[in-house]
Amino acid sequence: MSQQTHRISGGLIDRSSTLGFTFNGKPMQGHPGDTLASALLANGQRLVGRGFKYHRPRGIFTAGSEEPNALIELRSAPHQEPNTRATVTELFDGLTATSQNHRGPLEFDFMAVTDLLYPFLSIGFYYKTFMWPKAFWEKIYEPIIRSSAGLGSLSMQEDPDTYDKGFLHCDLLVIGAGPAGLAAALTAARSGAQVILADEDHRAGGRLNAETYDIDGISGTEWAAQTLAELSAMDNVRLMVRTTVYGAYDHGVYGALERCTDHLASSDGKPRQVLWRIYSKRALLTAGATERPIAFGNNDRPGIMLAGAVRTYVNRYGVTPGKQVAIFTNNDDGWRTATDLAAKGVYISAVIDARDIEPPATVAGAAVYMGSSVVDTAGRRGLHSITLASGERIESDCLAISGGWSPNVHLTCHQRGKPQWRDDINAFVPGGTLPAGMQVAGAANGALSLGAALRDGADCAARTLADLGIKSKASKAPTASDEAHRSSAYWHVPESRPRAWLDMQNDVTVKDIKQSYKEGFRSVEHLKRYTTLGMATDQGKTSNIPALAIMAECTGKTIPETGTTIFRPPYTPIPMGALAGRARSKDFRPYRLTPSHKWAENNGATFVETGNWLRAQWFARPGEKGWRDSVDREVEMTHASVGICDVTTLGKIDIQGKDTAEFLNHVYTNAFLKLPVGKVRYGLMLREDGIAYDDGTTARLGENHFVMTTTTANAVLVFRRLEFARQCLWPGLDVHLISTTDGWAQFAVAGPNSRNLLSKIVDAPFDLSNEAFPFMACSELTICGGTPARLFRISFSGEMAYEIAVPARFGNAMMGALMEAGKEYDAVPYGTEALGVMRIEKGHAAGNELNGQTTALNLGLGGFVSKKKDCIGKTLSLRPELNRDDAIRLVGFKPVDHSQTLLAGSHFITKGETANMANDQGWMTSVAYSPTFGHSIGLGFIKRGHERKGEIIRVVNPARNIEVEAEIVSPHFYDPEGGLQRG
Amino acid sequence: MTILEKYSYPNPETLKKQHLKGAIMRYSAFEILKQGLSGNKGWKPVWREPEPKAEYDVIIVGGGGHGLSTAYYLSKVFGMRNIAVLEKGWLGSGNIGRNTTIIRSNYMMPGNQPFYEFSLKLWEGLEQDFNYNAMVSQRSILNLFHSDPQRDAFVRRANAMILSGADAELADEAQLRRELPFLDFDNARFPIKGGLYQRRGGTVRHDAVAWGYARGADSRGVDIIQNCEVTGFDIENGVCTGVQSSKGRIRAKKVAVCVAGSSSRVMSLAGMRLPIESHVLQAFVTEGLKPTLPGVITFGAGHFYVSQSDKGGLVFGGDIDGYNTYAQRGNLPVVEDVAEGGMAIMPMIGRARLLRSWGGVMDMSMDGSPFIDKTHIDGLYFNGGWCYGGFKATPASGYCYAHLLANDTPHPVAKEMRLDRFKRGHIIDEKGQGNQPNLH
Amino acid sequence: MIINHPLLGPRDAAEFVYLGDAALIDRPDPEAENADEKFYEYGYLRDNPAGEHQELWYHEQGDRSWLVVTRDTLTHEITSVKLARDEAKKRGRDK
Repeated sequence: MSQQTHRISGGLIDRSSTLGFTFNGKPMQGHPGDTLASALLANGQRLVGRGFKYHRPRGIFTAGSEEPNALIELRSAPHQEPNTRATVTELFDGLTATSQNHRGPLEFDFMAVTDLLYPFLSIGFYYKTFMWPKAFWEKIYEPIIRSSAGLGSLSMQEDPDTYDKGFLHCDLLVIGAGPAGLAAALTAARSGAQVILADEDHRAGGRLNAETYDIDGISGTEWAAQTLAELSAMDNVRLMVRTTVYGAYDHGVYGALERCTDHLASSDGKPRQVLWRIYSKRALLTAGATERPIAFGNNDRPGIMLAGAVRTYVNRYGVTPGKQVAIFTNNDDGWRTATDLAAKGVYISAVIDARDIEPPATVAGAAVYMGSSVVDTAGRRGLHSITLASGERIESDCLAISGGWSPNVHLTCHQRGKPQWRDDINAFVPGGTLPAGMQVAGAANGALSLGAALRDGADCAARTLADLGIKSKASKAPTASDEAHRSSAYWHVPESRPRAWLDMQNDVTVKDIKQSYKEGFRSVEHLKRYTTLGMATDQGKTSNIPALAIMAECTGKTIPETGTTIFRPPYTPIPMGALAGRARSKDFRPYRLTPSHKWAENNGATFVETGNWLRAQWFARPGEKGWRDSVDREVEMTHASVGICDVTTLGKIDIQGKDTAEFLNHVYTNAFLKLPVGKVRYGLMLREDGIAYDDGTTARLGENHFVMTTTTANAVLVFRRLEFARQCLWPGLDVHLISTTDGWAQFAVAGPNSRNLLSKIVDAPFDLSNEAFPFMACSELTICGGTPARLFRISFSGEMAYEIAVPARFGNAMMGALMEAGKEYDAVPYGTEALGVMRIEKGHAAGNELNGQTTALNLGLGGFVSKKKDCIGKTLSLRPELNRDDAIRLVGFKPVDHSQTLLAGSHFITKGETANMANDQGWMTSVAYSPTFGHSIGLGFIKRGHERKGEIIRVVNPARNIEVEAEIVSPHFYDPEGGLQRG
Repeated sequence: MTILEKYSYPNPETLKKQHLKGAIMRYSAFEILKQGLSGNKGWKPVWREPEPKAEYDVIIVGGGGHGLSTAYYLSKVFGMRNIAVLEKGWLGSGNIGRNTTIIRSNYMMPGNQPFYEFSLKLWEGLEQDFNYNAMVSQRSILNLFHSDPQRDAFVRRANAMILSGADAELADEAQLRRELPFLDFDNARFPIKGGLYQRRGGTVRHDAVAWGYARGADSRGVDIIQNCEVTGFDIENGVCTGVQSSKGRIRAKKVAVCVAGSSSRVMSLAGMRLPIESHVLQAFVTEGLKPTLPGVITFGAGHFYVSQSDKGGLVFGGDIDGYNTYAQRGNLPVVEDVAEGGMAIMPMIGRARLLRSWGGVMDMSMDGSPFIDKTHIDGLYFNGGWCYGGFKATPASGYCYAHLLANDTPHPVAKEMRLDRFKRGHIIDEKGQGNQPNLH
Repeated sequence: MIINHPLLGPRDAAEFVYLGDAALIDRPDPEAENADEKFYEYGYLRDNPAGEHQELWYHEQGDRSWLVVTRDTLTHEITSVKLARDEAKKRGRDK
């Protein structure tokens, strides 16, 4: 037995198959080709939701993406989609839909009581109250407002679907596959242009699917189908249905969302949607027009719909929204609803036209009222009668209203184009500066009759082809008659007393607009913001123009003088998941793995995110109880014998050319001109504003060949700056740069046995002795029987140490080889934690110190700024406030009570002074437990630190509620004279 | 007595005395009841629509949030009356009309912290002060951190805040798991290690701030002149004597420019170059949803911050587009970057839909901090350089600018916000990014 | 946005990194008498025009060229793209 009480004959649905779905748990049926809205109507379900503010019953109002009312929660957690427009939701078998924004059943919403309180809930009421007592706002008023605001809910579970992204390129992007779009695409495609034709609907054709027009002697629907078939067969055309072009961006780039599986019961592992970036040489907006309502009392009841939508349901879906349909129009187009429905045998109870003219058509059996209007309606949960200005009541379960059509200019405004008003059609059309490369045709451009739209589409396409230098292959443009579409500037029914809705979703009424005027909120932006008009999920597609017209009436200005608000992307709402695409969870950003990653994985490493790198943090051994055990051991064994650490993440820049030394002199604070071949030098870089930027070493491998290292964090940035210096500041120098960070695997081999270890792998006759290869020496060499390598005798740990680099592909094997060679010395791999401990012991600045706020002076590196030469940042580093006597200095700290722990981020307060920012002396930057010294040590910046060694200072950490005392000491805890690294 | 206590907002008793009784309709639940029973026909305009007089004591150029709050405090606290605010468009059309509504004082630098804390204190009494419910909602702000160095920096910041008299609270991962179970703790590319809460941070209904200040200023006689564009300054012998505008020449003893987003354009009319670039920051809102997020949350390993408005939309943003622009619109890469950030920390928003995006033009300054200062031209004052943080500063900015205009000395909490600080090398760089505005 | 790279043709702006006003090419002479003043202006003051703006973009995801792009800050229209190195030489920086 069919429950489809409102199903009538015809339509573009497949009656051979039946789809089951539920609404609020109630089972219903529909057919392929239905939307959820058409299927609900077919089942006689008029009430589908509750209003935002007054919780009034709401039904389906439109048949498209402009829908303000019929918002439902689709599917169930975790697939639950709040605020889904039933009018664009394709029906699938097993669909579940739930109504929103009511407490208790939809039919008996407890919150409907708010409708009775409406005099006290006028616009802006919340700005005028809830102020006393002050504490009540957050505790009482706001939670109430919040729980009643919003419509649907998120499941609060991770979105289980996947989303993709892609790029497309074309000569011509046609946005909207209605008559104008099809005519344009046909013209362009037949001429050989690369065409993308996109339409938000699942069935291209636009209004042709909803109307009963003829084109070239066949039905418009049939013509659309034939045209689509021709286009689909062409290789130079990409036809994209279920695809909304949602935004117009700079230089012909458009954002589009393709819904791939939303019409299926399950996405079945396929991407749910694809976000396309379309690069178009030219674009043609053929997005049609949106019908607007007329405002009158109680015009928000279920059963009251736009007249064009009623036609859509009848013609396209074979559903009649009512069995006694009345029509209220201010234009000729509204009459088509009457004639179309009558032709289908739907009973028309009345046609009411606000214009006092000759009736444009005759409708069998219908009472016709010219120069009349609807002033009120009745029906608690759905319309059952309307009342005319004369007082006459007419029984109707559906009222089709037409206030004329507004061109869909939205995308023309995305780059702040300003629409222009046309009095002849009572609508805004595209105006001002359109996005570069965009033209507009058809109803979107104000060509509101079918014949005009077809001609406009074809002509625009031909012009665009000429513009692109593509020869237009003449083909006969499709022809259709120009139906009557006279309109009138009639926006609301002035004699109507009850509240008359404009923005149905945000519950903005005609009275609200008038009150807004009265209170001084008269510019369109004030109107929008004060009343919230047009700020709901439909962005006011049906309500903005009538509201503007009413404001214009109040101010005595014209509509164009009143102006319009700016349409913003997206045209229709876009899921966050689609905008993010695959970049989420572990794939949010790519991982960079060090060359010895596999080895580390196999040897107990715990990894840590360092920027995009994943680095070994420590290597736990069986029996170790926590990370500290491992780190302490790694430090101790490195100090005692030898440790190995993958330091590949440090930036490496290969610099060649005969002017390289001079170039380095410009970018480093210290001198590089006289660096001998075979030597390495520490280098400090400033930003041009004089703040310390990065440090590292540069090795001179040959007369004109240098290798620079940077910190891990700044590898990319330093390279960028060097290229800037090379190309923009000193373009005359013969210098060439290439980043080799990923080209070379590099390992620190540190500790008293580092030389012994390396001597086992370097190929003869390379001499590692201190005389032949002293501290700060470097060389190219071979190791392990012929593998090319670079060796640098540099130390970050303070120990005698080397860094050895091999081509990255040998990195993993190299780690194994070093460990194998180090077996007899109990060599340990060490991770970033031990590296950090040893650098703090040694007093080297790292990221926490080189934080972009500190100068060479602050860092104790003032001596590295050469007085004899210029370098980037030098001049501005000399500014007086950066060189104050009380400038902060980097020093070391050790707790007075060695059992206490220092914490980074603590601030320093002089003993005897109150702990506040006025007395702030500086802060602790880095701390570590030093197994070498057996207590916590720290580095930090403190005012005049260099003069305060030996002072006991308060180390306060109120955020952690901890305070300790520490002694200010030299930052160089370990081997301050540096004998070990030279040994 | 701390600086804040000394200069904190006049106490309620003083406020009562200063309030001009009867000058404007007093808003209250009673008034709503009364109006509601009489068909809501008795509401009065919130402000006048005056024509400019020939001369004012102070002309404020720019009727955005800061301009309006300057006018409000000048008239209310500093007793000046003969004031005009000239606004090119509609009042409140500055960035007060297009921001993400966050208030907070989680700043670290001594040049910033007391100022923003002062601002937060003003927010806390604002609605009762100007009798307008701007929905100041101290829902908390949480900055997530994802690495040890980031944690260290946030501990430093938290301590600086507490030592300045602000509130700050460190939360560890376990606490966050309890409080915000929808964050991605188990599958994140950059694990959440903890966060810095400022419980007194939160959100405010941004437009209402402009309207509340405008209403308060107007009722004290300030002429707010909309659709009046300043096209030049009258400068004679190094003294500014007034402005030329689309409504003619208007004389003034003092001209106070307050046009963040357009600062360089306007100040170039006085021949000045500024340490500012104009950049666009996009902002976004989703469809309305039932309560989802408790407060403001910021992502520490990408560009994303989010809160939920009283209407239910998730209001969020991220990084600036990064190129000089005066166009109030942005491009797709940033839209996608921001959405990626959102999905990375709260993948439950995947099926929430982005409803609207917009762009505001920022004064991005050379160290990320603002200016409230005299210029080298007598009688010409400048307020700008607010980067993307101007909204939260609205009360203090207006108060301190009013203080400067009234007394010709900087307010103590804004004393470091000087135009000449770069020449001296006094940099207020919270992020340590240096003299490249698009990095702040 | 799309930048028409002089060597590589049209490229999405997302491949580039933006620096700022092309006046950053004109690093002052550190030896000049008023070098501190000049460096202050160079480092901190910007014309920041509403309209045509010459600016530096770096093709980081490409050939690593620095480009001088002439772009309108009101409309984003790009009217010229040059290699910054050529522009720097034209401004005499190779002397």
